[in-house]
Amino acid sequence: MKEYVMGNGAIALGALKAGVNVACGYPGTPSSEIIETLAKYPHEGLHLEWSVNEKAALEVAAAAAYSGARALVTMKQVGLNVASDPLMSLAYVGVEGGLVVVSADDPGPISSQTEQDTRRFADFARIPVFDPSSPEEAFEMIGDAFAYSEKYKTPVIFRPTTRVDHGYAAIEAPDSYTPKAYEGFRKDAGRFVIFPRLSYRNHGMMEERNVKIGEDFSAYRFNTAEGGPSEKAVLASGVSYKYAKEFLKDHPGVKLIRIATAYPFPESFTLKELAGVKEILCFEELSPYLEEQLLKLSGKHHLPLTVSGKLTGHVPHMGELSADSIALLLKKYLGIDDVLESKQTATPPQLPVRPPVLCAGCPHRASFYAVKKAMAGQKTYYCGDIGCYTLGNSMPLDMVDTCLCMGAGVTMAQGFSHVDGEGKAFAFIGDSTFFASGITGVVNAVFNEADITICILDNSTTAMTGHQPHPGTGINMMGHDAGKISIEKILSGIGLKKIVTVDPLKLDEAMQAVRECADIRGVKAIIFKSPCIAIEKSSKKCTITNACINCKKCIRETGCPALTTAEGKVTIDASLCTGCGLCRQVCPVNAIGGDGDE
Amino acid sequence: MNKDILICGVGGQGTVLASRIIAASAMAEGHVVHSAETIGMAQRGGPVTSHVRIGEDAHSPLIPVGKADIIIGFEPSEVVRNLPYLAEGGLAIVNTTAIKPVTASLTDSGYDGSEMLDHLEKNVSCIFADGDKECQKLGSVKFLNILLLGIAAGSGRLGINRETMESEIEKRVPPKFREANLQAFSQGYEIGKTNEEDKS
Repeated sequence: MKEYVMGNGAIALGALKAGVNVACGYPGTPSSEIIETLAKYPHEGLHLEWSVNEKAALEVAAAAAYSGARALVTMKQVGLNVASDPLMSLAYVGVEGGLVVVSADDPGPISSQTEQDTRRFADFARIPVFDPSSPEEAFEMIGDAFAYSEKYKTPVIFRPTTRVDHGYAAIEAPDSYTPKAYEGFRKDAGRFVIFPRLSYRNHGMMEERNVKIGEDFSAYRFNTAEGGPSEKAVLASGVSYKYAKEFLKDHPGVKLIRIATAYPFPESFTLKELAGVKEILCFEELSPYLEEQLLKLSGKHHLPLTVSGKLTGHVPHMGELSADSIALLLKKYLGIDDVLESKQTATPPQLPVRPPVLCAGCPHRASFYAVKKAMAGQKTYYCGDIGCYTLGNSMPLDMVDTCLCMGAGVTMAQGFSHVDGEGKAFAFIGDSTFFASGITGVVNAVFNEADITICILDNSTTAMTGHQPHPGTGINMMGHDAGKISIEKILSGIGLKKIVTVDPLKLDEAMQAVRECADIRGVKAIIFKSPCIAIEKSSKKCTITNACINCKKCIRETGCPALTTAEGKVTIDASLCTGCGLCRQVCPVNAIGGDGDE
Repeated sequence: MNKDILICGVGGQGTVLASRIIAASAMAEGHVVHSAETIGMAQRGGPVTSHVRIGEDAHSPLIPVGKADIIIGFEPSEVVRNLPYLAEGGLAIVNTTAIKPVTASLTDSGYDGSEMLDHLEKNVSCIFADGDKECQKLGSVKFLNILLLGIAAGSGRLGINRETMESEIEKRVPPKFREANLQAFSQGYEIGKTNEEDKS
């Protein structure tokens, strides 16, 4: 039956159809729903897991693929950086069963640290990459990716972008699941133990093989050309192909070439389609990868071809493309006057800005506030990390001085402590991030005698990406209770100077814990434990009493979105308030309602 | 049928469910549907949009500028933000209750949505609804999304049958809120119908 699913759901359904045996990943927007969808459809016999991080996920999958099983690994583009260590080596070793690494790119970026282009990673690792342009195509293409992986015994990358991952379409959902039958691992040290000799030999093999894959891809069903013949052509990939098509559907005389396999580049297909073309404009998000391939091709074959795109300043390097931006660029390129334009000509009033903020009642707000208050007036370094709590940077909290990548807060705080013996360095890290890449940093801190306070913001979930479970929450993706792994016991095993667990919503106790830890030299940790408000729904509400002097301290200090002003008076939006009581503890005149109970 | 529907609001207002119900209803009536949502960082109190595209002619997952037949707006300034998408002769359904961003509360900039509503009234065809007031009758602001869907359906501009949408709502809301949601839809439907009749 056809079901209306997200692109990520389409990828999951395609993988189930392909009989995937093992699927692992680490949550990251825009990739998270792939693993979640697998759990919702018949999948008995499939090993499914949220791994502790992307590197672990790929290594679990690699062994499954060595055994002949089909394995799927999912992550966002920056997750591939974490998984790059096993990936680069695995490219040399190869696989027996199909192994598909889904790395979702995020042009914009909408929800990421970088605008890196996974197609470059495929080229760097010398392995094939598939680049779908829609959820429907992703559903088909994921099966192709498994087939190519097995045909050439290499891991392959599957690279959707946000608009494909989070686009919705009707997909034929398989009503049953038949896992692929596989033989099991056959020991062969010459094949599976990476040594310089193997790498030398396989390097040559890979380069020769990739030429063959490029030829194979020249006949691949999703490398297409339509429209024309014309002297001016358009080349596009991914969702940009759909945007170009949206405009060119009314201009069928223009040739539109779409490349779905950026690496190995389908040279002979492209050469054939370029016959008679004098000028070509490239639409691709992130980096000018295909544009560079065209330039290479053009040089190699001495083509009389003008290639334009990002490198020539015709297409912007950064951000997303859209149906509108591409329509405008095509209008200029083709000298067409008729173009889609807004009919709204009146100048609108100035729009309010809405930066994302921590939710009303979010315990992270209270944790940040406690540290801020306890350390007021002292020299401090606040090293943030990746998760909802990165939003602690926004005003009025202003509690994130640095944010770099997963787990970096813990280690960067150490760097500050080594170059400044006076300042107090704090690291803020969420529970899921702690398990993903925080633990080694804590070990490093103890071993190298750093002077830091690690604040673990434990809300018992992976909130930012949609509340996935993690080792601290116990229940895994197989639905089994594996037992909660205790952050406190891990820290105590590492041997910290002091470990305190507090409820951040009890402001005085939380501030006391911060002061105590900051005063001791060495590595200390405060576990701020309070569940995510989206998981444990509260019916409590705070209310403003007549005692309110309208000083607005609650708004100025906490920035809670439930606190607002109406006709100059402070009010609490009852639809947002969770009764966390932080504002009640901040109020100088006790004007905020009782004990938080309704 | 080709129809482009843009739903916009602020993270947490329930725009995603509204877009799913429209898409599912259009599919149930045999149409090809695509949609795209804002998910992730932007959800935390930021502006959110859903683009629903009905018909085989839609290639881009996002509606091109100037092509939306209808905007279903959960917040006045968010409708204005997305107004460039509205087609000539398109309809905007606007919840008049403003959501003040934290930045506005901090600086006391006085944003209350009234300027936005003036701009909308002067420039486009709108159906205004006081979401707060209408939802009070229903007992919770949580029904705002279904109320606004009802208005869109009642306006006749969606091109989808009322019964189809009601049946999709029934499938997609928790059983204990089913009646209240259907009532919200019906209440909105009347607003949409009355307003559209007044226009003609």
